[in-house]
Amino acid sequence: MDALFLVTLVVGTTALLSWPLGQYMAWAMDPAEGRGPTALFTRISGARGTQGWRGYVTSLLVFNLLMFAVCFALLALQQVLPLNPDAKGALSADLVFNTTASFTTNTNLQHYSGEVSMSYLSQLAALMWLQFVSAATGIAALTALARGIAGRGNMGHFLIDVQRATVLVLLPLALIVGLYMALMGVPMTLQGAAKALTLEGASQTIARGPVAAFLAIKQLGTNGGGFFGPNATHPLENPSFWTNLVSMIAIILIPMACVWMFGRIIGRPRHAAVIFSVMVLFLIAKIAGSVWFESVPTFALRDLPVAQTIGNLEGKELRLGATTGPLWAVLTSSTSNGSVGAMHDSLNPLTGLMPMIRMWLNATFGGVGVGMINMFVYIIVAVFVAGMMVGRTPEYLGHRVEAREVKLAVMVLFFHSLLILGGTALFAATSWGQGSTLNPGAHGFSEILYEFSSASANNGSGFEGLGDNTVAWNIATGLVMLLGRYVPIILPLAIVGSFMAKRRAAQSAGTLGVEDATFGTMLVITVVIFGALTFLPAAALGPLADHFSQVRRAPF
Amino acid sequence: MSETSSKSLFTPALLVPACRDAVRKLDPRQLYRNPVMFTTAVVALLATVLALHSAMTGAGDVGFQAQLVFWLWLTVLFGNFAEALAEGRGKAQAAALRSTKAELMGKKLSGASHEIVAASTLRAGDLVLVEMGDLIPADGEVVQGVASVNEAAITGESAPVIREAGGDRSAVTAGTRVISDQITVRVTVEPGQGFLDRMIALVEGAARAKTPNEVALTILLTGLTLIFLIAVGTLPAFTAYAGQSIPVPVLVALFVALIPTTISALLSAIGIAGMDRLVRFNVLAKSGRAVEAAGDIDVLLLDKTGTITLGDRQASEFVALPGVAQGDLVEAAMLASLADETPEGRSIVALARAQGMEATAPTDAEVVQFTAQTRVSGIDADGRSIRKGAVDALLKLHDFDARATQALRSVTDRIAREGGTPLAVSDGTRLLGAIHLKDIIKAGIKERFAELRHMGIRTVMITGDNPLTAAAIAAESGVDDFLAEATPEDKLELIRKEQSGGRLVAMCGDGTNDAPALAQSDVGVAMNTGTQAAREAGNMVDLDNNPTKLIEIVGLGKQLLMTRGALTTFSIANDVAKYFAILPAIFVALYPGLGALNVMGLNSPQSAILSAVIFNALIIPFLVPLALRGVPYKPRSAARQLIGNLTLYGVGGLIVPFVGIKVIDLAVGALGLA
Repeated sequence: MDALFLVTLVVGTTALLSWPLGQYMAWAMDPAEGRGPTALFTRISGARGTQGWRGYVTSLLVFNLLMFAVCFALLALQQVLPLNPDAKGALSADLVFNTTASFTTNTNLQHYSGEVSMSYLSQLAALMWLQFVSAATGIAALTALARGIAGRGNMGHFLIDVQRATVLVLLPLALIVGLYMALMGVPMTLQGAAKALTLEGASQTIARGPVAAFLAIKQLGTNGGGFFGPNATHPLENPSFWTNLVSMIAIILIPMACVWMFGRIIGRPRHAAVIFSVMVLFLIAKIAGSVWFESVPTFALRDLPVAQTIGNLEGKELRLGATTGPLWAVLTSSTSNGSVGAMHDSLNPLTGLMPMIRMWLNATFGGVGVGMINMFVYIIVAVFVAGMMVGRTPEYLGHRVEAREVKLAVMVLFFHSLLILGGTALFAATSWGQGSTLNPGAHGFSEILYEFSSASANNGSGFEGLGDNTVAWNIATGLVMLLGRYVPIILPLAIVGSFMAKRRAAQSAGTLGVEDATFGTMLVITVVIFGALTFLPAAALGPLADHFSQVRRAPF
Repeated sequence: MSETSSKSLFTPALLVPACRDAVRKLDPRQLYRNPVMFTTAVVALLATVLALHSAMTGAGDVGFQAQLVFWLWLTVLFGNFAEALAEGRGKAQAAALRSTKAELMGKKLSGASHEIVAASTLRAGDLVLVEMGDLIPADGEVVQGVASVNEAAITGESAPVIREAGGDRSAVTAGTRVISDQITVRVTVEPGQGFLDRMIALVEGAARAKTPNEVALTILLTGLTLIFLIAVGTLPAFTAYAGQSIPVPVLVALFVALIPTTISALLSAIGIAGMDRLVRFNVLAKSGRAVEAAGDIDVLLLDKTGTITLGDRQASEFVALPGVAQGDLVEAAMLASLADETPEGRSIVALARAQGMEATAPTDAEVVQFTAQTRVSGIDADGRSIRKGAVDALLKLHDFDARATQALRSVTDRIAREGGTPLAVSDGTRLLGAIHLKDIIKAGIKERFAELRHMGIRTVMITGDNPLTAAAIAAESGVDDFLAEATPEDKLELIRKEQSGGRLVAMCGDGTNDAPALAQSDVGVAMNTGTQAAREAGNMVDLDNNPTKLIEIVGLGKQLLMTRGALTTFSIANDVAKYFAILPAIFVALYPGLGALNVMGLNSPQSAILSAVIFNALIIPFLVPLALRGVPYKPRSAARQLIGNLTLYGVGGLIVPFVGIKVIDLAVGALGLA
């Protein structure tokens, strides 16, 4: 009952908040001609005119490359740079690469522990800066996509959009959430670690820093990179039930709002409502699954003479209860956030499967901006198959879906499965992966599978139980993150670019409607079949095998 | 052609050659056009090699592997068979047409004399003489003479048609027979590019290029195949982590079961059969692209006459103007119509006779023919110049007396309001009155238009009538819109306007002045009786000259795409059951607990794998009739269309393989195959 209440509270509140935010974001990102501070942003960036899809993508890539280079330098030189009160040392080159890739791509996969390795300058100027602009990049890309679909004839200008997203959307929200967190007791200081004398007389070093600011954008921007290694399971990063609640809302707020923003810009709010419903359906299914699977104690404890009624408590922050762990797990992975509120490695096997499924789908609700872009790819596939079934050349909102569009959409799906399954195969079969897992058998395999899923989906949560700060892991996941980030942004924009080059078809009772339950059903089926079926064999060898070998049922 | 349009799909005459062709199509050069089936063949070859290796070394379960190999090859063969069967139906027709073509000889004119040459040597611009009983050797235009021609070889209709020089009835087709009189024909096509050649290529499927939608679907299916290649190809590495391995033949079975073989095997058969249905409907599409476009049509331009109303308008009344004797009007109307062979002209003469008028044209009378530009016709005789025609057109001839003009207007407006067509009659500078022509609207046409409206298709009636008449007929017939007093330029303009609004337009036409509009429209159906120019401009030719068919053509286009979509959905939905059959079978050796996924309760791992592969192969011939006949098509809105097809083929595609695989598993167990 508690579980149901908490889930309803979090998902319901966020859904309610997301609608006005979506409207605001549409206003901020895509203002009417001459409205909003467009002139200022134009002057700052020197952006001229508007861009087609090629121009937009080029600006986006150059900007990201620049950010990558600057942050790489900041991290690599942190030992000689200021704002380093605890005198953190140099990082290894492969870890710097991995971390920079991770934060540039909005992944925030962390192969380090912040309080151990990072100076405040690294945390703030490199990592937190990237948490803002990488999220802004996602929102900008979605805005461009929506403009193309709306039939504007151009995609706007990336350099202006990225400023709008940072200044008008992320900054105000982060300010509100950051203030709230600071008030609730999350540290916000530039002083070094505190030294304390314990009751026993021992001396203790308590890591602290500008956590509240970091925390706010970590959640809002679906970044997920914790200030501290244990992320939101750390008491100073998540002190109470109330910080926990707001954190969970902040995780999924903007991804939800992105759907409404998309609907507003394309002028089809009802279509956005259908997409939103589909995403919520997947979200609820995964939460229900997680909470249900986690309500039984872990197998290892099953036969012990202890109270078994509370469910699986292994690896949970007990301050926060058994429900919030799996709920967070689903929320964090359902967006591409990846902050953790419980040890995913300790979740029951089928609970652990839920966040993996979400990362395989990567579109319910997905990362800031990019989640909706991924859903767009599924929509293209759904429209193509459904369109034929209504007896017309398939079209999406009047845009004909033909060979080129199908090719690009399938390439996105192909790349995603190649990065996850190909990477997992490489590491599962070699000592790179085999030597790094902490568990044997199916569970160990799950650890590798989860890591690559997290990297490709730009999620950044870790299953953990993996010794992943190795050269092989750092370079492999770094590359997967980069490919998993930019390919699914570039190709969908190319699809829309191809739409823009074609004459738009008129809509009638004979064209496929995208605003009704039938289309929603078609979309659900498409996501399940094209997104999830590919990963079923891997799931069978990982979490499913893990689960069933513990239940021990008679084979055949 | 109608004699071959029987419903039987599976006569031995078609099945036997199709089986032979299925084997012949294993040629890699042919197979690679279909990437999924090509992949299946490559994988089957791999399995064959492995099975032979096992047989020689004695390692592995040779019996099981041999059965797998058998069914994998059968999957490929079934796909080939479906395509061969679809092609086979056209081939018989092509053979008949070809034998007609082979015996064609022409009498090539050079000056006054002619020499007999083979038709294949005739070039565009040559003149040939065709006499009674001759076959016309090449496509062309009649430049001299009138003849009745039997076009049964092309249309299957043995009723002769008139072909004459000038006007819109001048085109003749190679292979048709002149059964009276003689004509001189100017050849208009180069050898090998005639109508007959095109038809042979078409029914044979030789000229078949993949349509845009087919290309897109092939890409989707190929992409899916690549994704499943990753999903299956990474399994050995995954199991290596657990220190185990999976036999390659089993992986091959899983891969083939997962890739969309069902739709890929039937894909080209669906396309060929779609064209074939059109051919059976006596419509020749010049490309598959045109058939697909037919399904996308948003606006139908329909000629009023023959489509919405019965072709024959009947004269029902002569209305004389004040001060004009009724007899003068009737006589003038009759004289002006004597040389008019149209049904309307004949009905005017008939009505005049019925009213007791007898008139004959003087021998020196000069007939003024109706043209689309002047829109009047008549006769010049005895110094009189009698004209009848569309009211506006006739009034332009002279500066008629204003009061008479006004009187005529009030008469013709009344006729028009009643849905009739007024024809004005004049004698020199004197207006006499009007003839009331009545349109008779076809039974059931209103319901058809309502259906089309539900499908989201707008109908526009094209008529030469004035706006009032057009409005009355439009209201009565239930058409959505009309274009009155339409000139060819107006039609072209209307098509352009609709297209710039993103709508696809279909129309039919026959005259030379229809050619620009036919070319501009997305689907232009030319009547076979039409001019060569019209037939060249359209992308379909209707051999029966029935403009109503436009509605059915749209339906056929939709049915083609729906069949593709439905079978794609079915094929992909099948994967769920196949996974549940094969995955536990493969993994149970590694993790015995995974036997829990064996929800179908299949006999043994080997039996499960074999059953899934057998189901995967057998479903292809099982669906061939559906692919060739097309899914049942009902005109309804897109939303209902989707619900219907998604329920039938999506949900059906989920359930059927669960049942099918279980049944096959029981059979396999009973026969002791695995």
